[in-house]
Amino acid sequence: MSVEHHIKLPEGSIEKTTTTLNMGPTHPATHGVFQNILELDGERIVSAEQTVGYIHRAFEKLAERRPLYQITTLTDRLNYCSSPINNMGWHLTCEKLLGVKTPKRVDYLRIIIMELSRISDHLICNSVVGVDSGAFTGFLYVMQYRELIYEIYEEICGSRLTTNIGRIGGFERNFTAAAFEKIEKFLAEYPGVLREFENLFTRNRIFMDRTIGAGPISAERALNYGFTGPNLRAAGVDYDVRVHSPYSSYEDFTFDIPVGKTGDCYDRYLVRNQEMWQSLEIIKEAYRKVQAFKGAEADVYHADAPAYYLPEKKDVYTKMEALIWHFKIVMGETEIPPGEVYYSVEGGNGELGFYLISDGGRTPYRLHFRRPCFIYYQAYSELTKGAMLSDAVIVMSSLNLIAGEMDA
Amino acid sequence: MALTNETIKERLITKFGDQLSRFEEPYGLLTFEAPRDLNLKVMQFLFDDEVLRFQFLTDLTAVHYPNLPGRELAVVYHLHNLVDNIRLRFKVFTAIAEPDIFTATQLYSSANWMERETFDFFGVNFVGHPNLKRILNVDEMEYFPMRKEFPLEDQTRIDKDDAMFGRGGTIAASRDYGEAVPDQGAPVGQAAPLNAPKPAQ
Repeated sequence: MSVEHHIKLPEGSIEKTTTTLNMGPTHPATHGVFQNILELDGERIVSAEQTVGYIHRAFEKLAERRPLYQITTLTDRLNYCSSPINNMGWHLTCEKLLGVKTPKRVDYLRIIIMELSRISDHLICNSVVGVDSGAFTGFLYVMQYRELIYEIYEEICGSRLTTNIGRIGGFERNFTAAAFEKIEKFLAEYPGVLREFENLFTRNRIFMDRTIGAGPISAERALNYGFTGPNLRAAGVDYDVRVHSPYSSYEDFTFDIPVGKTGDCYDRYLVRNQEMWQSLEIIKEAYRKVQAFKGAEADVYHADAPAYYLPEKKDVYTKMEALIWHFKIVMGETEIPPGEVYYSVEGGNGELGFYLISDGGRTPYRLHFRRPCFIYYQAYSELTKGAMLSDAVIVMSSLNLIAGEMDA
Repeated sequence: MALTNETIKERLITKFGDQLSRFEEPYGLLTFEAPRDLNLKVMQFLFDDEVLRFQFLTDLTAVHYPNLPGRELAVVYHLHNLVDNIRLRFKVFTAIAEPDIFTATQLYSSANWMERETFDFFGVNFVGHPNLKRILNVDEMEYFPMRKEFPLEDQTRIDKDDAMFGRGGTIAASRDYGEAVPDQGAPVGQAAPLNAPKPAQ
């Protein structure tokens, strides 16, 4: 191996010149179950080899034996930092296959939820980059606002982390007044918190020294490696699924796509922070649009698609049609058209795609998840080559790797 | 001028003639089939052509069709032209007995793990791949679990069969999993048919 050695060994030493270090599978700095076999020359990384698959749960196989609405719970467990986006992505895929058109109010409510989860995702990622560079305060400080976001989810769907939010065609129930109150509270308080969070990090000398130049990637390499999401935008490519293939009425909104330049950890951090500001604006606009609905439209929370939308439970007990549809949907008696769909949404860490093949049966013939971080994690060895060991940790957290999504 | 599906199709046909087949547009996404030994040439052409510029590999996966003899495995590529913002999908079919397909890793670094995953689950042998080994499953595994002959549920259960829901006929036939379908003779706990003679008192 022709490597420039930084360790000065005495003449005739029998010691190895490089050290092999297993970082992970369970290591406090890996934030999930990843194993990295690092070859170290002193503190410099000569090569890194990633091992994934520790929490593989065969979602694609499981999905082949589940009706469409039962697959939503599998998507929760992909990127569990922003599971509502996964849920919505799955509903949208099904709606495309089934030809269900959702009302505007549903689209806007979905956007509120998706942008909230984007904020919670970026929030965790950025504050964890802080933790890994030695600054714990930001992490603890923002945690209560992630908590508030989770409370909003809870108000809407009853659960927090693995949300299973919404249904094919809309939401399971209308947003309650308490949910809107919490959203208002979030919109009022969060900007101040985010500003303070930025004060803690953005111009922090230590943070800048640790992140600037750590794990950079050029736009060309990033594209070749299949980067999407904030990591690609940090490298300077303005690709955003919300803009390029708008879904859920994103075309009705005006927002910027923040881009970076060098693709290093600092740019990734900045892009995520800017995206949180953009998400806040989108939520505000969506909230205004939702409030502007009057009359009967103001209570619409699902599409009129009785063959696919699971009816409300109290209707199932009191109305015959609802009972029939409930039975048909649960027993898999509704017509699922044969077809092939690829649909993608802008997930917390990139383009989350669903490739669904239906043969007309009750369950998908094949379902493949395009998991963004599985694809871009390949670049990790290239990103860390020649970097210091401590950079390896920071690069890993700033890529926003989620083990659940990677291993599916 | 925005790139359209027709333009892409025309350019592909001019280049490859009738070697490409089954042009379709399900849900607006241009889909076609390429012969097995041409997959890399097609991808290279889509990548290099100054009009087409499909330079982003969105997704690579496989599908198993046990009922298509000689072309049981389909490798599916989703490509994206980020300049004109248009996607396409193309498929390459191969026999399961000889699942060799050229690797795309020379063109796309991202294909590396996607091909490893496809190998891991379907056993597609990507010729020329730098490191073709299992990625999500354990190395000791001896089979390819996403193939249809590995059913997910206890096969003695017949209550979840599509035929139970008025979905016999073509669908049941397309769901024929070949060898692995068990004989459905008297699973444990199955009720006796209604017209069966009552046991003697």
